[in-house]
Amino acid sequence: MAHPGPERLYRDKLAQGRFEIQRCAACGRHVFYPRVLCPHCGADRLDWVAPGGGGTVYSTTVVRRRPADGGDYNVALVDLDEGVRMMSRVAEVAPDKVRIGMRVRARVIDNLVEFVPE
Amino acid sequence: MRGSVAVAGVGLAGCGEAAGWSETEIAAAAAHNALADAGLTARDVDGLVIASTNIFMPGLSLAEHLGIRPRFTDSTMIGGSSFVGHLIPAALALNAGLCDVVLVAYGSNQRTGVGRNEAAKYKAALDPQPYEHPYQPFNPPASYALAAARHMHQYGTTREQLAEVAVAARKWAQLNPEAFARDPLSIEDVMNSRMICDPLSARDCCLVTDGGGAYVLVRADRAKDLPKDPSFLLGVGSAHWHRQISSMPDLTVTAATESGARAFGMAGLKPADVDVLELYDAFTINTILFLEDLGFCRKGEGGPFVAGGRIAPGGALPVNTNGGGLSCVHPGMYGIFLVIEAVRQLRGEAGARQVKDAQVALAHGNGGVLSSQITALFGTESVL
Repeated sequence: MAHPGPERLYRDKLAQGRFEIQRCAACGRHVFYPRVLCPHCGADRLDWVAPGGGGTVYSTTVVRRRPADGGDYNVALVDLDEGVRMMSRVAEVAPDKVRIGMRVRARVIDNLVEFVPE
Repeated sequence: MRGSVAVAGVGLAGCGEAAGWSETEIAAAAAHNALADAGLTARDVDGLVIASTNIFMPGLSLAEHLGIRPRFTDSTMIGGSSFVGHLIPAALALNAGLCDVVLVAYGSNQRTGVGRNEAAKYKAALDPQPYEHPYQPFNPPASYALAAARHMHQYGTTREQLAEVAVAARKWAQLNPEAFARDPLSIEDVMNSRMICDPLSARDCCLVTDGGGAYVLVRADRAKDLPKDPSFLLGVGSAHWHRQISSMPDLTVTAATESGARAFGMAGLKPADVDVLELYDAFTINTILFLEDLGFCRKGEGGPFVAGGRIAPGGALPVNTNGGGLSCVHPGMYGIFLVIEAVRQLRGEAGARQVKDAQVALAHGNGGVLSSQITALFGTESVL
C-alpha cells in the first residue's frame, strides 16, 4: 500500500491541526467518516477537502456523570454544511444548553474536532 | 418460506441472576428446557445457532459442551436482534435439508459475571470506533438518547409518553411471575428516576440481568408430530442501514420500516392482523419507533399512540406481554426472549398475562444502536 488508510490519514491531519473530510471525485458528494470507497456511488477516488467549518446540531444529549468523575458532558451529532453528519461535542456552553438546530463552528483541539456556538 | 418451519420448543434458564454460571452453561440449561418442551433431547439436534457478545466461537463452545456434532452451525452476530435473525439461516438450512432439528440458544451472565465496564474496555481495544469513542458516548444509552431527543424535537413526543412505555411494561411484568422487576412503577417514578443521558432516565433504560433462552426450530411436518402446538414462521424480514448512531440517516426512522414490510409481505398479513407484539424495548423510545416503523401508527404519532395505557394490560394493543427488556429480563441481548414470549402467547401458555385467542404474534428484534432490525411473524395452524 502506497500510503496509510483513510482513518490514519484523517488522524494524521488532525494531529497537524487540520480538519479534512472526503469528497468523491466521481459523484461529487462529501463523505464522512473517511472511507476507502464512496458509500454513495462505490467509486474509489475520494479526495481530501477542508470543510467550511459551519454546521447545525442535529441531536444532542447530556451524559450524566458524577462530579467526582468530571461531571456532566455533552455529546452531539452535527450536520456539516457539506451534508455529512458526525459525532462531536459542543464546547463553551453548558452541556444542557446545547439545542437541536443550533448553528456551530468546528475547531480542532487535542487532535479532535469539537464545535462552538457560531 | 412461509409456514415451512415452526418453533416446537422454547425454554428459559437463569433469568434474573445466575451467579456462578458461565454463559455456555446458562445456554446449555436453556437448551435443555427448550428441547424437553419439544419432546426432544440434545441427541436430536443436528443444527446449532448461537451468538455471543463475549465468546469468539460460541457454536463450537456450546456443541462441545452439549456433546453434539452439528451438520449445520451459524453464529451470525448483529447485536441483540441476532436470535430473531437466526430464524433466516435456520429456516433456509431446514428447507434445504441440511439438517432436521435446529437449536437456537443464548446465555449471558452480564449481571453477575465479568463486569460490563471491564468487557467494554476489552471490546473498545479490539474493535475501536475512532469517530465516536473519543467523545465518550455512554453507549448504548447515549445513542438512544440522541434518537429520543430528535423524536421529541421533530414530533413533540414527551417524556411522559416515553414513561408510558416503561409503565406498561411494568404492568405486564406484574402479571408474569418470571419477570425480574415487578414493583409498582408510575409515570412520575420514571420521570423522577436518575437521569442517565437526557432525555432518558434510569427507568427509560432496560434491565441489566443474567439469563438465557432457547428455541427449537423444525420443518412444519415434523412440528405437527411433536407434543406442543407448533408456532409456524409466517414471515421474516431483515434490514440494517448503519452500525454507529452517527451513521444513521434519520434518527426518527429505523430500518424496521423495511424489515417489517418484508415480513408482512412474506406472511401476507398486515398490522391489523397481529394479536400480540413483542418489540425489542432496550429503551422506551424503541417501542415508540417500532410501533411507527412497523405500521401500527403513523410516523411521529407513537407518543400519543402509547398514551393512556393503550399498550398496557387491558389496553387495545398488547405489547411486550412478558414485561419486556424494561421489566422482565435483559441480559445484554434480548432477541431470543421475543421469540419465546411470542410462542408462549400463541400456545395459550402465558397464564395471567395471556392475550385472549392470540393467533398471530409479531417478534421484532433490534441490535446495536437502532442498527439491525429483524421482524418475524408467527402464527398458529389456523392462520397457515
